Amino acid sequence: MSSDSKPTLQPASGDEDRVPESTAEKPQAGHPRWKDLGFSLKRLLKNPLTIIGLTIILFFVFLAIFAPILAPPPRPTDPFLMPHKGWKIAPSPPSKDAPLGTLPSQYDILYGVIWGARSAFKIGVLVVMANMVMGIILGSLAGYFGGLIDEIIMRITDIFYAIPLLVMGMAMVVALGRGLTSITIVLIILGWPTYTRVIRSEVLVIRDMDYIQAARASGSSHLRILLKHVLPNSIFSVIIVGSMRIGITVLIAAALSFLGLGSDAGYADWGQMVSTCRNWIVGPADNRLGYWYVVFIPGFVIALFVLGWNLLGDAIRDVFDPKMRRR
Amino acid sequence: MSMLNYVIRRLLFMILVLFGVSILVFGVMMLIPPGMRVSAYITHERIRPDQIDSMIELYGLRDPFPIQYVRWLGNIFRGDFGFSVTAESPVLEGFKLYFPTTLELVLYSAPLVILVGIWFGTVSAIHKDKPVDHGIRLFAIIGYSLPTFWLGLLLLMVFYGYLGVFPPGTLSNEGKDVVYSPEWIAITGLLTVDGILNWRWDIVWDALYHLILPTINLIILSSALIMRLMRSTMLEALGQDYIRTALAKGADRKTVYYKHARRNGLLPVVTISGILFAGLLAGMVITETIFTRKGIGWWMARAALQLDVPAIMFNVLFLGTVFVVVNLIVDLIYAAIDPRIRLG
Repeated sequence: MSSDSKPTLQPASGDEDRVPESTAEKPQAGHPRWKDLGFSLKRLLKNPLTIIGLTIILFFVFLAIFAPILAPPPRPTDPFLMPHKGWKIAPSPPSKDAPLGTLPSQYDILYGVIWGARSAFKIGVLVVMANMVMGIILGSLAGYFGGLIDEIIMRITDIFYAIPLLVMGMAMVVALGRGLTSITIVLIILGWPTYTRVIRSEVLVIRDMDYIQAARASGSSHLRILLKHVLPNSIFSVIIVGSMRIGITVLIAAALSFLGLGSDAGYADWGQMVSTCRNWIVGPADNRLGYWYVVFIPGFVIALFVLGWNLLGDAIRDVFDPKMRRR
Repeated sequence: MSMLNYVIRRLLFMILVLFGVSILVFGVMMLIPPGMRVSAYITHERIRPDQIDSMIELYGLRDPFPIQYVRWLGNIFRGDFGFSVTAESPVLEGFKLYFPTTLELVLYSAPLVILVGIWFGTVSAIHKDKPVDHGIRLFAIIGYSLPTFWLGLLLLMVFYGYLGVFPPGTLSNEGKDVVYSPEWIAITGLLTVDGILNWRWDIVWDALYHLILPTINLIILSSALIMRLMRSTMLEALGQDYIRTALAKGADRKTVYYKHARRNGLLPVVTISGILFAGLLAGMVITETIFTRKGIGWWMARAALQLDVPAIMFNVLFLGTVFVVVNLIVDLIYAAIDPRIRLG
């Protein structure tokens, strides 16, 4: 682990190994942390699975960004409401009007898939970002100060760990009122302990490093030490965890939607789209697989999205995990 | 520190965690307005609107949080979890009715999930970076990316909808007639076990027939976790000096891989298997909803949709307790079998 302290803050400590690193403190290129990152990224991009994962994610980013062009909303004020022609209950197969077919009540599947990408990113990114921030604050406080603060924060974390996520999530969404906003809030409330634990264990190691002692001896405030020395060296692990959690977050949100706790029928949300198709797994008598597109497509999109993030997260973990790397 | 000391400390801590969970669950449920929570106390349909307000008063649903919480906790210690609207019976009765169905599926699927995971993980580690390894890893990563509900629906669509086999539910109609008849003696509530005890092999077969699809569903989704862990611990074990020594001495490869390395690699899998058990229970909400198996997961899903507060609180507490207890047991097993672990 390298230090990023300014030489003035670091009186000569006995740590000989550090000296070349501290003197190499030129912005960007020469810094060991950037070198390390470059090395890791190179390894990351050599892995074919990373490329597949990245391609999938970029595809969905593309869908989400260009949604208004790919599928122009008929009512620009409510773009997430899927358009439908008529109210016929039985789904219609793929046709010119609806290239991927329609859901029950004639909601256009293609439109839902495209705008659903926005819903998925919204939930995944929002929840993970919020959790990262919470985890970083709580974890670094617990790890850095130790003692009573550590004890309190970590015991609360333990309690949250014992909560069955899906079941408690259901209860909380019900209490807050159904809908995607509630799901997002609930996943934020329940999701932070993982990040807190990760950051804390990182900070515990860094806290006792010589350069932190030196910074403290030279009179830096706790806040300054935390922000300038501890966090930059520990934040990577949380970013890795975050990248691995986006897929899972979207998966859980979809599960809650599927159980009927998400948005109403007709809203462009993949989980909700799967839930409307539950009664259509058996096709008409002459073609038992007649409604395959209703069951297959929305769920496949979720699976693909999650797979993309998991492939990327897996590769990132392999590269950055000190136990796995350089083998 | 002695083992006894450790166990006592862990037990105390466990109680603390469960208290925390109970406060959280109760706090969340308090967000629901009293007018909706009062439905838990309405046991008959004919009730006048003006009576509802007096019922809210009677049960103190507008009291401050600590008072209501203490009252609720007191009831729980007396074994009174309230009345579940969705189960149409007291919560504990409902639990007794639904739990065996869930337990049956977990008891059949968990060992299979673990065995499949261990086997694939071992093979994958032995053939590291060969096509078999890549194939298994890809299978695993796809497995845990699939939404439970989607895979279940696809399986039902193909097997039940198209091929006409493996219907959802727990029993066929003929089977239900037998089980609900007076001659049927329900001892465990597990259909396969009771079937043997009643010497009705047709019921055993019928129940197993309905267990196949959900079990396949769980194997595909859950064995990935075990497999990945098994692979990495196995790789670690294979890198040890004594393995190299054994191989260099010319010991039989199979013995070295499957006896020496795998035994050491299995240890962490013990941990995750316990957590898997708790996870499978919690995941039942979706599996049981899709395959219409009336277990606690199915109950929980209905309870959540119909604001059945006592049932929701009981299930969250129950699953939380299972999780904490399982964790404790796992840690104890771990401490008992691994001499490197010091208690503290």
